Amino acid sequence: MRLTVSILTVAALASVPLWLRDPYLMNALITTGIFIIGAMSLNLLLGFTGQLSLGHVAFFGIGAYVSALTSLGFDVGLPGGFRIVHEPWPPIVGLGLAIVAAGLCGYFVGRLSFRVRGAYFVIVTISFAEVVRLVALNWVELTQGPLALNNIPSIALPTPGLGELVLRTKLHNYYLVLTVAVISYVLIARLVRSHYGRAMRGLMENETLAVSVGIDVTKTLTLAAVISAGIAGAAGSLYAHYIRIIDPEVFAFINTVTMVIMVVSGGKGSLAGPVVGGLIFGLMPVFLRPIMAPEAQWIAYGGVLIVILFLLPRGIVPSLGQLLTKPRGRVTVPNVAAYSKRDAKEPA
Amino acid sequence: MARPAALKVEHVGIRFGGIVALSDLNFIVDEGEIVSLIGPNGAGKTTAFNIVTGFLTPTHGSVNYRGTTLRGLKPHQIADIGLVRTFQRTSVFPNDTVHDNLLIGLHRQSRVHLSEAIMGPPRARRIERKMHEQARELIEWVGLGRRIHDLAGSLSYGEQRLVGVALALAANPSMLLLDEPVSGMNASETHNFIELVRNIRDRGVTILLVEHDMPMVMNISDRIIVLNYGRIIAEGSPDVIRNDPAVIEAYLGRGAVRA
Repeated sequence: MRLTVSILTVAALASVPLWLRDPYLMNALITTGIFIIGAMSLNLLLGFTGQLSLGHVAFFGIGAYVSALTSLGFDVGLPGGFRIVHEPWPPIVGLGLAIVAAGLCGYFVGRLSFRVRGAYFVIVTISFAEVVRLVALNWVELTQGPLALNNIPSIALPTPGLGELVLRTKLHNYYLVLTVAVISYVLIARLVRSHYGRAMRGLMENETLAVSVGIDVTKTLTLAAVISAGIAGAAGSLYAHYIRIIDPEVFAFINTVTMVIMVVSGGKGSLAGPVVGGLIFGLMPVFLRPIMAPEAQWIAYGGVLIVILFLLPRGIVPSLGQLLTKPRGRVTVPNVAAYSKRDAKEPA
Repeated sequence: MARPAALKVEHVGIRFGGIVALSDLNFIVDEGEIVSLIGPNGAGKTTAFNIVTGFLTPTHGSVNYRGTTLRGLKPHQIADIGLVRTFQRTSVFPNDTVHDNLLIGLHRQSRVHLSEAIMGPPRARRIERKMHEQARELIEWVGLGRRIHDLAGSLSYGEQRLVGVALALAANPSMLLLDEPVSGMNASETHNFIELVRNIRDRGVTILLVEHDMPMVMNISDRIIVLNYGRIIAEGSPDVIRNDPAVIEAYLGRGAVRA
């Protein structure tokens, strides 16, 4: 049943370019898809471990810059008279390096901040994103600073016998983004349904109890952070090679907020949540543009978010899912997690 | 009765600021024994538990389990060497079904590598199926079979205690520490619980119990240790403890001894 729904959804999404010719809409779909990948990665942390990363865009931006610089090449001087000269590599290698670099950053941020969780993790991630933004802005020799990195080449896929397939058009990029999104979705789904995912849920619900049955907090949370950051890095790389120009504004706080809104409205802790929330908030500008100024659109976002959370407090997907499964006689319980957090401090 | 010692607590003391919660605690639990730790509220029983399971680090003294010093080990590492506890109040993952609770508890036994978990080869799926079976068996074993698909948070207190015990057993312990397991249970539930604890012991699990329910303690224990104001005031079989003047004084006051 679940598999059928997934296959039909992917098939429906794959058929979109066949009947949709409007380039503006295609562009909106591609950027929305990229942000949905980011939102899915954020959901792994926020929805399945309960850790809110408000600097998630840092991993996205690092992915974008690493991938762009790998494919553009650079020549920078380091203190002590060293110079690093890098000749351009194929963009597909950049995508791989973007995942690795973002994952590494996820590892360090996770290691540093999971010692002190909750609000401290939020603060560390915000600061991390801001620091990275400032580096991107001021290390002009490497990043061009506010002048932006431009002419970033499109991703090219080596095809057997046919040479290279350069993914230049919107059609190409649409399928590229869809492919990466499906891979990310399956990866996250497999992970959260395995015992790693159960360990994450256990930690989120009752950390003391989880630890007492032998779950390693640091290892589990770091794993989630690394995979989450890696996927965000992949999304950033796709963004860089699609838009083909990036400046330090990719690190803007508003981009993190967009991802958080997508996750929370769609339903954190549900696999399909970020996809549903992402489609709503990603495509809303398309429909609002004829009637509202861009600044006013933010007000509309806020309004829609409030309405969604008022009607469906746990997010669209979990709330609807609950409505559908209610006949099976599950007892609805008030959100116990909020209370059990305090109780979980028992041994202190 | 030449059973080897499982748990050795030697000269353990802990202070929180100026308050001495435990001073110079010494006791031994032998393999396969059921030992109860009793005492008035605030005597330091739960503190002793938290030290043994690594949630607190003692100011001085050492804890030894089967020859391994526990100093510096984290709670999950202590669970790895077979010492698992239950909790007084929060004994379940409330937003998951009983079955999923047990699956979380089986974490330690699910040795699937990350790449296997993601690729899902037959071996990983076989282990996963085995986990589901084991979860079901444990739930049946503690007598919660008909609640298996209910959310753990919706169960009665007594039932949540049972889930807590099943969770601890899922971690495959060689020694189980139960923190007030029958509080919130009615008489018949307590009666069944005593049987359950005996069955667990017969599986070869050593048991250390903190409990206020005196009939239960007297019924079940091989040996009882009485704490008051952070030190041991008496130790022995239930019959010895029942008639110990120091114990009666601690519970009922000085007048009761003379009476």
